Amino acid sequence: MHKEVYSICFMCTVRCPIKVTVEDGAVRWIEGNPHQLKGALCAKGSAGTALLNDSERLRYPMIRVGARGEGRWKRVSWEEALAYSAEKLQEVISKHGPESVVFGERQNLNTHLSKTFMRALGSPNHYTHDALCKGSVNTAFRTLTGYTDAQVTIDYANCKHIVLYGRNIFESLELKPIQALMDAMEKGSRITYIDTRATITASKAHRFWLIRPGTDLALNYALMNVILRENLYDETYVNRWVSGLNELRGFVEAMTPEWAEEETGIPAEEIVALAREISRDKPQVVFHYGYRGANHTNEIYFRRSIIMLNALMGSIESKGGLIIKKTAKDAGYGAFAKLVDQEGLPKPKAPRFDGVGGDLLPICDPAHGVGQQLPLAILKEQPYPIKAAISYRFDPLLSIPDYNQNKRAFDKLDFILTIDVNFSETAWYSDVVLPESMYLERSDSLQMADGPRPTIYMRRQCVPPRYDTKPYWEIIKLLAENLGVGKFFPYNTIEDIWNYQLKDMGIPLEKFEAKGFVALSDKPIIWDRKDGIKFKTPSGKIEFISSLMEEKGFASLEPYQSPSAPPEGMFRLTVGRNAVHTHVSTQNNPYLNELVPTNVLWINTVEAAKLGISDGQYVEVSSDQGWGRIKAFVTDLIHPEAVFMLHGFGRQVPVTTRCYNKGASDTALQKNITDMVGGSPGLHDTFVRVRPA
Amino acid sequence: MSEYYLFHDSSKCIGCLSCEVHCKENKRLPVGPRLCRVMTVGPKMVGGLPKVDFIFMPCFHCERPWCVAACPTGAMQKRAEDGIVFVNEELCVGCKACMRACPWGVPQWNPETGKAVKCDYCKDRVDKGLEPACVAKCVTKCLHFGRPEQMVDSRRERHAKAMAAVGWEVTLRQPTAPASKPRKPPVRKQAE
Repeated sequence: MHKEVYSICFMCTVRCPIKVTVEDGAVRWIEGNPHQLKGALCAKGSAGTALLNDSERLRYPMIRVGARGEGRWKRVSWEEALAYSAEKLQEVISKHGPESVVFGERQNLNTHLSKTFMRALGSPNHYTHDALCKGSVNTAFRTLTGYTDAQVTIDYANCKHIVLYGRNIFESLELKPIQALMDAMEKGSRITYIDTRATITASKAHRFWLIRPGTDLALNYALMNVILRENLYDETYVNRWVSGLNELRGFVEAMTPEWAEEETGIPAEEIVALAREISRDKPQVVFHYGYRGANHTNEIYFRRSIIMLNALMGSIESKGGLIIKKTAKDAGYGAFAKLVDQEGLPKPKAPRFDGVGGDLLPICDPAHGVGQQLPLAILKEQPYPIKAAISYRFDPLLSIPDYNQNKRAFDKLDFILTIDVNFSETAWYSDVVLPESMYLERSDSLQMADGPRPTIYMRRQCVPPRYDTKPYWEIIKLLAENLGVGKFFPYNTIEDIWNYQLKDMGIPLEKFEAKGFVALSDKPIIWDRKDGIKFKTPSGKIEFISSLMEEKGFASLEPYQSPSAPPEGMFRLTVGRNAVHTHVSTQNNPYLNELVPTNVLWINTVEAAKLGISDGQYVEVSSDQGWGRIKAFVTDLIHPEAVFMLHGFGRQVPVTTRCYNKGASDTALQKNITDMVGGSPGLHDTFVRVRPA
Repeated sequence: MSEYYLFHDSSKCIGCLSCEVHCKENKRLPVGPRLCRVMTVGPKMVGGLPKVDFIFMPCFHCERPWCVAACPTGAMQKRAEDGIVFVNEELCVGCKACMRACPWGVPQWNPETGKAVKCDYCKDRVDKGLEPACVAKCVTKCLHFGRPEQMVDSRRERHAKAMAAVGWEVTLRQPTAPASKPRKPPVRKQAE
């Protein structure tokens, strides 16, 4: 039997639309949805079949038997696992209150169910991975425009010049943007790439600056200095839509290109040249605000400076610039419903564990929280004791900086529950593991993809589960029922959820069959640049002086502080991704592990020579937090103050045999510190010592 | 030489290695054999910009294939109608003579079957009028499959379009303006 199923990939969080060919009940071929991606798919997407067939993923419910992390498990039925989990959670709740339970997940299509679950329990403590990735980008956008970064997108196809600050676009593999940018480059679009090392994106750029780590903000202030001094900005747009220009003008007056050259190592005249060049193409230009924006503790000011540069170019809500995403309502439909908006669901009053919305992190986004505060909150018992952690397709032990501290914190918990597809570090350290069916084996809640053309996508089950696993929507409902709050999950099938989501939109489910998605608008919806842009700030403008920040006592423009240079023999640890792996979730995939089985440490040729390190040699990397052993990759094309490694290696779960103990763990080395305005961790704020191993 | 040409437009390649997995997925291969490879060389500075070279290595489907001549059982064959060089698995005895003979390391070892396996341009797909797996799902569409003369034309067309779009003075990838002074290598700042 041959069938073709439109669905949504989930090997990474991009969620590309796919078409899956199933023959005789087995997945035979996965390709990008030809209606949108010309059939293209990345390595991860094609390796979906390898995950489906992998016997090293989670296969059945388990209860821990030995000590935590010892690896002794009892295979149990779903009924037993759920009843036991509910009993343990109930114990914690009756002793310490519902707020002592914290739920963390990587944002996904079922997040509205997780949030419903936590509110039903009476706990305010739901967080996503968002802050760890880009909390400060989110906050920066809200302070300036009233929108989060997730509510804004980029019109790559019509962009004439894009500036990327370490946004390694050709190794982070969002298929649609890559295809659009490649097409635009063929028509003459230019890329300026700025990073502390030469990535593949750097090798495709028209201009590359090897910048001193942590000084991108100085570069941006100098660009603003030139733009304002030479009147290179879009005057009509700025006069209409920007407030606080004079304050900015005064603020950047002293920050000249010559000053920035000292800071960044980029020649002053090249900075001037970029400002002039990009101004010629405005407003069809983009200063990319970044995806992962979690490098330094002043991240908020850097990300704000990028968005302000876009505002000066008039590129926000411009063809070839940044476009504010439009919703179903903007396309003339009713709202897309979420279960968390149902009537009667409790609204917990206790403060959040991470301090978001309180005195600690007043302006971070409570829709996501600040996840890296979890181990600190557990250890300090501030604002109250936390005694249970639930993790769903998120690996806090390996994603939050300082692995060893994370473990010490988790040791203080009474109960750890993990729901996942993979045998994550957190699953290995859990008391109960509930295995989720992988994405080809399940359907999920619909995806409402806001955008210039809002579109709804459907992930549809292609094959039956291979092992004793369940889809999350069923797991969370069963867990809720075991805890006596099942009434907030009024569905029995995935179709019930889909119909609930579409109840106010008048779109029948059959409409998804032809292409796997339903577009709500034929043409891109772009607001009128003269009068129609609906900024959601109090003033309705782009606020260079942010009311959100000023009200909470934060300066909108903070004096620049030069990042300290590492002492001799030490380096600033920088981390990143490549095209083959997703965060911490694919390192054990048979096909992907074969392509990139380990990470290496990029180190500058001159510095390596001083330390007696040659290319390919093993080195020891250490910090105050931890230690690792890794092969050196010696190159001229990394800044002498920095070393670099891929995220997600150095794994400690023995049953994931392919990636166990391969390479070094960045998480083990990093210290857990946060931009306390924006909410991102400072992932590049740890100095490490490197020596031959 | 086969009648086909698998053209790799390295200027559009981003070394994402997706083609290698597409290939394995289609052939249902275990870990070990990699029938096409993208070999990455670099980065290194060329003309003031970093360059990474990507060399695509499928089978070249030679006119007089070393592997066919070396195969003692007749398992390695060249298809008469279109010149595709492939392994007839039933005849392969796993002697590895083809692996030794090929100057480019194309024939691979399949540990599951104990036999040789190699790129056959996905003849199962080609015979159905489809592109080879690596081409069909290439992320940037830098891989093209067809008749050699078509491939060359597509390259000319692309170049012409780029020229027309940006003006004759600018090639596909060149620094905007020469740096006004020679670029110094960055130096470490003194520790504070």
